[in-house]
Amino acid sequence: MMEYIFVLPVMLLAVLMVFGGLLASRLLAPRRPNPTKLDTYECGEKTIGPAWIQFNVGYYLFGLIFLIFDVEAAFLFPWAVVVRDVGIAGLIEVIVFILILVVGLAYAWKKGALEWV
Amino acid sequence: MISLSQNVFSNYQSGQMGQTLGLLGLGLVSIITFMSLTAMVLVYVERKLAAHFQCRLGPMRVGWHGTLQTIADALKLLLKEDIVPKNADRFLHALAPLLTVMGALLALMALPFSPYLTVADMNIGVLYVSAVSGIGVLGILVGGWSSNNKWSLLGAMRAGAQIISYELSMTLAILVVVVFAGSMKFSDIVLSQSQGWWVWRAPLVGIVGFIIFLISSTAEVNRTPFDLAEGESELTAGFHTEYSGLRFSFFFLAEYVNLFIVSAIGATLFLGGWMPFHIGNWESFNQVMDLIPAGLWFGLKVAFMIFMSMWFRWTFPRLRVDQLMKLEWKILLPIGFVNLILAAALTISNFYFFAN
Repeated sequence: MMEYIFVLPVMLLAVLMVFGGLLASRLLAPRRPNPTKLDTYECGEKTIGPAWIQFNVGYYLFGLIFLIFDVEAAFLFPWAVVVRDVGIAGLIEVIVFILILVVGLAYAWKKGALEWV
Repeated sequence: MISLSQNVFSNYQSGQMGQTLGLLGLGLVSIITFMSLTAMVLVYVERKLAAHFQCRLGPMRVGWHGTLQTIADALKLLLKEDIVPKNADRFLHALAPLLTVMGALLALMALPFSPYLTVADMNIGVLYVSAVSGIGVLGILVGGWSSNNKWSLLGAMRAGAQIISYELSMTLAILVVVVFAGSMKFSDIVLSQSQGWWVWRAPLVGIVGFIIFLISSTAEVNRTPFDLAEGESELTAGFHTEYSGLRFSFFFLAEYVNLFIVSAIGATLFLGGWMPFHIGNWESFNQVMDLIPAGLWFGLKVAFMIFMSMWFRWTFPRLRVDQLMKLEWKILLPIGFVNLILAAALTISNFYFFAN
C-alpha cells in the first residue's frame, strides 16, 4: 500500500491550487457585474429558456454499451497479467467471454443503436 | 529502483517525521511545478508550431522569440474578471475545474520519468492512470451542465460520449502491452522492453496497438481532428463557453497536462519509456546509446508523441459526430478485440522478434 501514500496529499494539493487560485483572482481581479454580463451567452441574442431540458437518448444508449464493455475490460486486466500461466485454456475461455459480448455488440449494431441520429 | 513514495514510507516507519514531511512536501512541490511548467511550455510550443505550419511567425514580442508569452497570458488570466452567469449552479461551476485538475494531477503522479525519478510506482500503474483520468471526464460533464448554457451542455454531452467511447479502444490497446509484459507496473513494463520496444518487438500486433492507441488517445484529450466538444465553429467554445479568467485557465492547463500524460503513457507502453534505443548485438552502438541519460530518452520520446498530435491538428479536418462514433464502435473496437486475442496467442506461443 505504500505506493498510494501520495494520493490523498495530491488531491488536497489540487483543492488548494484551484481554490487558492480563485481566491487570489478574487482579490486581484476587478469585479463590476451587471445584468447583461451575467446573462447566459447565446450568440448575443436574448436567452430563451434554460438549458436543463431533456436531450437526445442517443447519449444514454452509448453510455449503456460503454458500461458493458468497460466492465469487460476490468475483467480482462487480471487475465492479461497472468496470460502465460493460464496458457491455452485461459485464452479459449477469454475468446468465449469476448464472443458473448461481441454478440451483444452485433445486436446493438443490427438494431441501429450505434447510428448517431 | 526506489520511488519517492517508498522513500517517504520507509522514513515514516523508522519514525523520522521531519524527513517524512520534507520528502512529502518536496514531492508535492515538484508535481505542481512540473505541471505548471509542462502546460506553459506546451502552450508555447503549440502556438509556435501552429504558426510555422501555416508559414507565420507566432508569438514574437514578449521575450526572445516570444518565450515569455505564456507567462504574460497566465498573469492576464489571473487579473481578468471572474464571471459566473446568474443562471448557473455556482457550486458545481467552481467544482468542475477542480475535478479536471485533480484528474490530471493524480495521473501525472504515477508516471515513470526515469529509473530514479518516479513519485509512485504502483503495482497496478496502468489501470490506476486510466482510472483517475476518468475523473477529468466528470469535470467536463459537470462544467458543461452547471453553466446552464445550450452550447456548454451540447459540448459536454458530446465530450462525454466521445471520451467514454474511445476509452474502450484505448484500454484494449493498453491490454496488448500488459499481455506482453505480464505486469501492470510501469517499471516492469519498461524493463520488459530491454530487448526491443513493444511497437516492433511484438510482431504486427504491436504496431496495430500503437496506431489504435494514437488515434484513441488523440480523441481522449479532445484534440483535432476529434475536438467536437469545443469545436469553435459549431459550439462557440463547447463545455467551457461560460468560463472566464482563472477558471478557464484551469481547464486549459489540464488540457495540456492531459496531452503530456497520454503521450507519456504511449511512450512508456510502446516506445520503451526511459529505455535507450538498442539494436541486437551492436555492442558499441548500444554503449553509445547508453550514454544518453534515461530521463532524456523519456523526454525525447514524449516530445515525439506530442509533436505527432500537434502535427495531426494541422493535417486532418474535424470529423462529424456520426463519423466519430462509427470510427470507434464499428472499426476500432472490432480491430482492438482481434488484436488483443492475437497478442495473447503470440505470447502463449512465445513468438517475439529479437527473442532470446
